[in-house]
Amino acid sequence: MQLVTGNHAAGHSMSVAGEANRNSRGVVCGIYPITPQTEIVEYIARYPFTKGRVIPVESEHSAMGVCIGAALNGARTFTASSSNGLAYMAENIMVAAFYRLPVVMVAVNRTLGPPWNIWADQGDSLMFRDFAWIQLYCDSNQDVADTTMLAFRLAEDPRVLLPVMVCMDAFIVSHTSMEIELATQEQTDRYLPPCRIPHRLDQEHPRTVGGMTFPQETLTHRLELDEAMKCVPDVLEEHRRNFKEVFGREVAGAVSAYRTDDADRILIVSASISTTARKVIDKRRERGEKIGMIRIKLFRPFPGGQLRELCANAEKIGVLDRNYAAGTGGIFCHEVRACLQGQHDRLVQGYLTGIGGGDVIPKTVHEVIEDLTQRSQAGEAVWKGIDP
Amino acid sequence: MNAANPDSSPESSMAECLLRPGNTNCGGCGMSTGLTMLGRALENESYSLVIPACCGIVTAGAFPTTSYNVPVAASTFASSPAYASGVAAVNELNHDPDDKPGHVICWAGDGGTYDIGIATLSAAAERNENLIYFCYDNEIYGNTGGQRSSATPTAAKTTTTPAGKGEKKKEIIEIMAAHHVPYAATLSIAHPEDFRDKIRKALEIRGFRFFLIHSPCPTGWKTEPAESIELVSLAVRSGVFPLYEVFNGIDYRIQAEPDGTDPARYYEKQKRFSGQEINLQTVKRNVQEKQARLKQLAAL
Repeated sequence: MQLVTGNHAAGHSMSVAGEANRNSRGVVCGIYPITPQTEIVEYIARYPFTKGRVIPVESEHSAMGVCIGAALNGARTFTASSSNGLAYMAENIMVAAFYRLPVVMVAVNRTLGPPWNIWADQGDSLMFRDFAWIQLYCDSNQDVADTTMLAFRLAEDPRVLLPVMVCMDAFIVSHTSMEIELATQEQTDRYLPPCRIPHRLDQEHPRTVGGMTFPQETLTHRLELDEAMKCVPDVLEEHRRNFKEVFGREVAGAVSAYRTDDADRILIVSASISTTARKVIDKRRERGEKIGMIRIKLFRPFPGGQLRELCANAEKIGVLDRNYAAGTGGIFCHEVRACLQGQHDRLVQGYLTGIGGGDVIPKTVHEVIEDLTQRSQAGEAVWKGIDP
Repeated sequence: MNAANPDSSPESSMAECLLRPGNTNCGGCGMSTGLTMLGRALENESYSLVIPACCGIVTAGAFPTTSYNVPVAASTFASSPAYASGVAAVNELNHDPDDKPGHVICWAGDGGTYDIGIATLSAAAERNENLIYFCYDNEIYGNTGGQRSSATPTAAKTTTTPAGKGEKKKEIIEIMAAHHVPYAATLSIAHPEDFRDKIRKALEIRGFRFFLIHSPCPTGWKTEPAESIELVSLAVRSGVFPLYEVFNGIDYRIQAEPDGTDPARYYEKQKRFSGQEINLQTVKRNVQEKQARLKQLAAL
């Protein structure tokens, strides 16, 4: 066990994963600082790779550009960013997915500015929910370390070949130290096969990657993205099993249900709010309330099927969002409503909690439960944390 | 291609071409001629191209076909030096110890170089990445129908400067020289030997190498396609587009002195300058100032 921050956990897992590709085409990363992920790229920059190069570039846009070029030439690639940095990177974020390149990026969720705010909010990574990136939201330092490792296996799987964004809450996870297990190089070498990118640049077979396509070929391209996305839940399960064999511990999957079996009310949460909500659920259960929670970790592809099954018998569902899509409410709430639509007529209420990095404390979650319990119908998203 | 090689058949020669037959580029396109010359200069070399949004990537044609006979990665508009840095880094990590790594070449227009890509270009130059950057400069956003860029010369009419551009063209070679890159040079498709020699010279240099090609665009310049080579030849002879090179940002060498040709002969052939008589006086003065400055630098 080692006492490390979420950033350290991410930097370590990415670096040993990069080193694990030393007998193949190596590792190349483009890096650029932004609070609160800077420690991650600093960790990568000082890692003594046997066969690698870390390129400190002039912008996030170029950091992803370097990763794209390196991946197109067959290397393992990764980077990290946050908030407005992700926004600046947007165009190349899209390219990484549309070129089917298994780039792994740790996104430390930070409020988009202005007004300038460095604290936790998922609005940054959720901007990219429709860009064919797999998105995983972590709840703790151990989850960051293990999910980052698993992300390489998932991204580089030939059935998938898509980039993965591993997300954690700013400061709450990124800068908080916890005692966790970190992967050794020997374990990582066993877990990760050499990175193989079948469509990499090849002198023997000169191809133009990214030229013009007409509508029919573009449609085929999008359909193939859809097929790859649909493979993700099963491939994720497979690599979770491999993970346990190598590392001897479980890594959380697409969704985690907690005390939902006989629950009439279910809270749906993500990231670090999950750990607080779990404690509150225990308290309410002690009082005899039939209440449970589901943590969504895999946001893209959205695990609608699993959620439908887990929510089948609940009467009311409360979704806590640490993000705000202007004009519509919380993004997780919309996704949950969309996936349950047409199944059963049940109440799904959204709550905007911890927007802009505000604390989501047990009291917040209790208030959400009380509101949900007395509701007879769902309404617009409820803003929490506004001083009366 | 190689007359000295008795095995050289038309088919094998074709296989050596960078630009295959059948692309859809405009007649008189300076970029197309530049690509052909680039391919000849790089015969028997292993290389990949990184091409941002520009006519250069449209040249490839529609998937699954491609006009390029080497691996090509299309990049976003501003990103070709960043993508190329990634490609080059992997080449360096993987090349055969007995051989040099394959060359990585950016092929970008003036919009992607002078404007949207300049931060990325500046950063790659400052890091002295081991790549060769070509800007084929047609002095407009040609692919979108001819809008002004910061490479558009004074007085030129474009769709976004209908009365003629008021500002001066950026001096991109001097910008690159200010980065202390090992090699920066201008190329003219009217001077094929100089074109080839400079590229061969650059292949022997390690680090960031930059080339500026004066690249006529008959569609945007409103010129006769058949006169493209004549135009750029006039540009060199009149001093509008001097042929020179800069080593390490300080050592300037001039390849072609102006022969007294009146710059007006270059401007008069282009309808983009028509009706711009007053501005043309300024343009001529700019040419003279540039020549004087270049001579000073070369004399240092």
